Amino acid sequence: MSATVGTGWEVVIGLEVHAQLLTRSKMFCGCPAAFGAAPNSRTCPVCQGMPGVLPVVNRRAIELAIRTALAFDCRVNEACRFARKHYYYPDMPKNFQISQYEEPLAEEGVLEIDAEGASRPIGIQRLHLEEDVGKLVHEGTLETARASLVDYNRSGVPLMETVSKPDLRSPEEAAAYLKSFRAVLVYLGVCDGNMEEGSLRCDANVSLRPRGATELGTKVEIKNLNSFRNVQHALEFEVTRQRRALEAGERVAQETRLWDADRALTRSMRSKEFAHDYRYFPEPDLVPLTIARAWVEEIRAGLPELPRRRRQRFVAQHGLPPYDAEVLTQSRALADYFEAAVREFPQPKTVSNWVMSELLRVLPADDERAIQGAPITPARLGGLLALIEDGTISGKIAKDVFEKMFRTGDDARAIVAREGLTQVADEGALAAIVDQVMARNPKAIEDYKKGKTAAAKALVGQVMKATGGKANPGIVNRLLEEKLSKT
Amino acid sequence: MTGLTIHELGAAYRRGETTPTQVVAAYLARIERLDARVGAYLTVTREAALRAAAAADARHRAGTPLGPLDGVPLAVKDVLCTRGVRTTCGSKILERFVPPYDATAVERLAAAGAVLLGKTNMDEFAMGSSTEHSAFRPTKNPWDLARVPGGSSGGSAAAVAGDLAAGAFGTDTGGSVRQPAAFCGVVGLKPTYGRVSRYGLVAFASSLDQIGPLGQDVRDAALLLGAVAGHDPRDATSVDAPVPDYAAALDGGVRGLRVGVPREYFIEGMDPEVGRAVREAVETLRGLGATVEDVSLPTTDYGIAVYYVIAPAEASSNLARYDGVKYGLRVGGAKDLIEMSSRTRAAGFGAEVKRRIMLGTYALSAGYHDAYYGRAQKVRTLVRRDFARAFERVDLLVGPTTPNVAFRLGEKEDPLAMYLNDVFTVPTSLAGLPAVSVRCGFSAAGLPIGLQLIGRAFDEPTILRAAHAYERATSWLARRPSLA
Ligand SMILES: [Zn+2]
Repeated sequence: MSATVGTGWEVVIGLEVHAQLLTRSKMFCGCPAAFGAAPNSRTCPVCQGMPGVLPVVNRRAIELAIRTALAFDCRVNEACRFARKHYYYPDMPKNFQISQYEEPLAEEGVLEIDAEGASRPIGIQRLHLEEDVGKLVHEGTLETARASLVDYNRSGVPLMETVSKPDLRSPEEAAAYLKSFRAVLVYLGVCDGNMEEGSLRCDANVSLRPRGATELGTKVEIKNLNSFRNVQHALEFEVTRQRRALEAGERVAQETRLWDADRALTRSMRSKEFAHDYRYFPEPDLVPLTIARAWVEEIRAGLPELPRRRRQRFVAQHGLPPYDAEVLTQSRALADYFEAAVREFPQPKTVSNWVMSELLRVLPADDERAIQGAPITPARLGGLLALIEDGTISGKIAKDVFEKMFRTGDDARAIVAREGLTQVADEGALAAIVDQVMARNPKAIEDYKKGKTAAAKALVGQVMKATGGKANPGIVNRLLEEKLSKT
Repeated sequence: MTGLTIHELGAAYRRGETTPTQVVAAYLARIERLDARVGAYLTVTREAALRAAAAADARHRAGTPLGPLDGVPLAVKDVLCTRGVRTTCGSKILERFVPPYDATAVERLAAAGAVLLGKTNMDEFAMGSSTEHSAFRPTKNPWDLARVPGGSSGGSAAAVAGDLAAGAFGTDTGGSVRQPAAFCGVVGLKPTYGRVSRYGLVAFASSLDQIGPLGQDVRDAALLLGAVAGHDPRDATSVDAPVPDYAAALDGGVRGLRVGVPREYFIEGMDPEVGRAVREAVETLRGLGATVEDVSLPTTDYGIAVYYVIAPAEASSNLARYDGVKYGLRVGGAKDLIEMSSRTRAAGFGAEVKRRIMLGTYALSAGYHDAYYGRAQKVRTLVRRDFARAFERVDLLVGPTTPNVAFRLGEKEDPLAMYLNDVFTVPTSLAGLPAVSVRCGFSAAGLPIGLQLIGRAFDEPTILRAAHAYERATSWLARRPSLA
């Protein structure tokens, strides 16, 4: 537990996460939703908020949101409705955002998180759809800029907002929630989870109350938490700030604060008095959406196994330690890779070791595309492990072969044949080398006799060196043991 | 050559008696000669009109016209977006706005071969009942240039009445097609909400706005409606229902039709000449074989109140986008964004628009939302139920379009007096029902009086058929304003 808890205060945190959905087109128009293009090149009259144009709902965005809602065991409402949320800001071309208010797409779900070795269900209050806003580009800083420019490429990109219940009890739990949340979304293929590019954004509501109290304290909203670290650091800062205020007998003001990552502090953005009055009302340009049960069931049937369930299965079915299972389920691609390799080489722990220590040394575990496109396919990894198993190569040589496979994309057997890496397992040949090494190292033999068993390891090393690493270590060990005991 | 109805023009083209180019040129000449006095147009698209007319000539010559509107010169209210042609909404804030897209209705008219003469004057953002709230100039009533043409589609109504276009389109939110049609003595139809796509219609109140035709007679209105009606994938509120042949449905008369006369549509304070003319029209329908029944629409009184909460609420939202950032007017020299937007909106919007934005903002504000917007929505449901109940017993409702004939420019300075002009048109808009206004007589001062026929949702054929039967049984259309 962090220093901020364990006092007389209970921390209460709720998170609002905004996720850009992986649709081809935007929420209410046909423009491409992809990130990164010349400013305003991916816009049309609809996402520029021109007079007279009308929104049309992207059905694919609804589908992805339903898929997410089902993964969180939410109730998908039979009807939902869009509403207009008003505030003035130039990155929002209509000066209102089409969102959902009184009738969201889904409600009442749950996300299991692992906190301090135990699993805890965190309630999800609601999940709804809205449109993203554009971006302001200032000449220099906001304070000194002589002009600002607007890029509407992001305007209208489908955004899914998921609001947790105030069930989180520490900054660590908040970070764990966000990690699990992200993993589920990436697994489902509904969001790329890229926090740096803003595909996934997080705001937090945090308050403190005396331990045992049932009423919530005054909550402060913190914006701009764009990484797991920021979530935890900002919340730790904020919890400490609120605790000090409360312990000094002050009141916590209800306000919105901004996390300043560079200065590692939160600062006040606007107080309750200046809170926006969003003047919500149902979007008259869109008819209420009826969600057919059959469609929901169809989407449910297509849901993949989620990371949590898969992690449990990896432990139960493959006999992996929980740590391995957690690492291997960081992304769907990685878990798929592991299982495909196990089908080729049915020794799960060996496969796990190789994936964790070798593959993840060169590829990031959460990069779906990199894992899917790995130059060493699961079948080839299986092939490599089979060569160790049948004694063709040693584990040490196999690591070199792995690197060569990664570089060239070649099959293990081809590399071993081409480079003459086949293990020397000929007892006669190895016995001769062992004799030579023993003759050259009388000192080591004497040390061994005095009980220094490490001396034997040095001799094994000498034999391996003399064979260019190709000697079968098992045979070398046995031969040395026999000869040493005879001297 | 001007002054022929659309169906007469079509016949003349078919017989080769005249050509679209001759007719369009005649209209352009008449606009040039007379519109300085009427003020129907904000923009005349002369070159494009002549080009379109030449193309129509070729089709008629080849014997392959696109349909009844091919080569017919029309005017369109300046609230419908026209690609490459400025679309001002009668506002300073959009004075130089040139849309890069056509409204669906405009696109469909072009596809039907219609020739766009220009864009007509209107109350700013369609907010008003006299066209005096145009930021550019008022439009005058061709029957009496000292009087208003009604509004907000006053320019379109005046264009048709003054033979400055063969037909026109306006938009109706609370009566903005029907009321000017009544004041100018033309036929004006507000279709069922969802019948015509709103794509490219610059929104005033999205849940009420509907594009509607203005024609010299009922058949013209039917032809014009047929060209623009129908589902549009770009408007989620447009309804995917088959479009009947409205012109073909005109014949058949009213025998056996049950006509309801709402007793709340004859109120104290209304012009007795209007009441008399409407009652005579009801008798004419009875004489033609319709059965007439007294009905009650008890929520009529609340219509204006509900309308002036809902429409401004939606308007305050729809007009939020005019901030000087993206298009239209920008007042420079501001030190920050808020000042830029405030100055732009202060300079760009007229008093009536500002009044309604403030009303609407207030009605949606936290703490007032339920008392105003919430309650208004509930009463709107009651208004709908009133009509539903009446339509269990009758096939259509008949009453006055407005409580009075065209008033003098400057006569109604009190906004509330102006709002009350819409007392008979607003309930239909709230209920989303179709209604048409046709000429049913003249006041002693020679001003036209409008008869309103209201139908069930998507039952435009019945009200058009009854209006057509009435029009044929009377001779009101024989009289024309003497502009020149
Ligand atoms: Zn777009």
